Amino acid sequence: MKTNWKQITFLAAAIGFGACMFAANADATDWGKYQVGEHRSGYTYMTDESRAMQNDNFQNPGMLWVEQGAELWAKVDGKAGKSCASCHGESGDSMKGVAARYPVYDQNLGKLQDLEQQINYCLETRMETKPYKWESDEMLSMTTFVSYQSLGMPVNVKVDGPAAAAFEKGKAFYYERRGQLDMACKHCHEDNAGGIIRANTLTQGQGNGFPTYRLKWQKVGSLQRRFRGCNNEVRAKPYPYGSEEYTNLELYVKWRGQGLPIEAPSVRN
Amino acid sequence: MANNVKPRVRVQKTATKGEVVEIKTLISHNMESGRRKGKDGKLVPRSIINKFTVTFNGKPVFSSDWAPSISANPYMSFFAKVNESGEFAFKWMDDDGSVYDSTAKITVA
Repeated sequence: MKTNWKQITFLAAAIGFGACMFAANADATDWGKYQVGEHRSGYTYMTDESRAMQNDNFQNPGMLWVEQGAELWAKVDGKAGKSCASCHGESGDSMKGVAARYPVYDQNLGKLQDLEQQINYCLETRMETKPYKWESDEMLSMTTFVSYQSLGMPVNVKVDGPAAAAFEKGKAFYYERRGQLDMACKHCHEDNAGGIIRANTLTQGQGNGFPTYRLKWQKVGSLQRRFRGCNNEVRAKPYPYGSEEYTNLELYVKWRGQGLPIEAPSVRN
Repeated sequence: MANNVKPRVRVQKTATKGEVVEIKTLISHNMESGRRKGKDGKLVPRSIINKFTVTFNGKPVFSSDWAPSISANPYMSFFAKVNESGEFAFKWMDDDGSVYDSTAKITVA
């Protein structure tokens, strides 16, 4: 049989094209510091416009909360007549690295403390004033200001030792189906990261960007607000802010992004 | 944050004659659209910045009318050609009648 060169060339071209398509799908983009192994920051899933907003400190609306936080940091309040700055120094430099290692297990309290809880602990016991409400402007300003001090530092939470029990509970929560839709965190964020859910791109659900300025919220929000939103969307009853379940989950989610840079305040859609 | 409105402006300090410079502005404002319902089921009254104007040495250089669909904490940037040293004056007009302003000086070398 005579070899049909035309056909062979076409076939070779088709294979070549297929290989190209495959390479494109495998996402060869080098995300630099925003990727550690298989773990990619939510930053890598955003549009160029959102990324530009985050990169420019002036354009980033989350910086408004950092500014407000700096004011609160220096404000004297409560019976003890102290401000955050009285103990921790004026610049907030002492908070460097704090956001990267929280939530931590507190030996004295015998429980896992996240950043919000630690701030309220300080307010109540050291400053002797009223604690901030979760998701209030004050709380968000303070957490954003504190987290901003760790900008660019790799997430480094401790999950062994006394925190191990909380970590295991958080992990169990992540893989546990819940709600009328019977879905676990992993169904969206592990199995379908990069996919589309209604009009939104699913990310791996990393915690390194929080508190984040979410364009849909038109303001900064905490990681636990995101948890509550997710739980609502799978039609489960969300746990209250600061509950043990969510704090454990916070530790586990932070650990999944171990090594990713702190991006607070990040910009996400 | 309607009660905590703070304008921010960024303009380079110096320029050469005839240079086109980028001017960036951001103002913290919650831009309540007037179409959202509160917890009581009633419409939250509209409260937005409806006009933004910029003058350079008293002469208008930029102006825009804003509508309820503009996001919270609006960011606006534009370009302007500078031929002389002077001062940019920025004005944001709120629905409630208040005016927020800010200025930025630029020197032409």
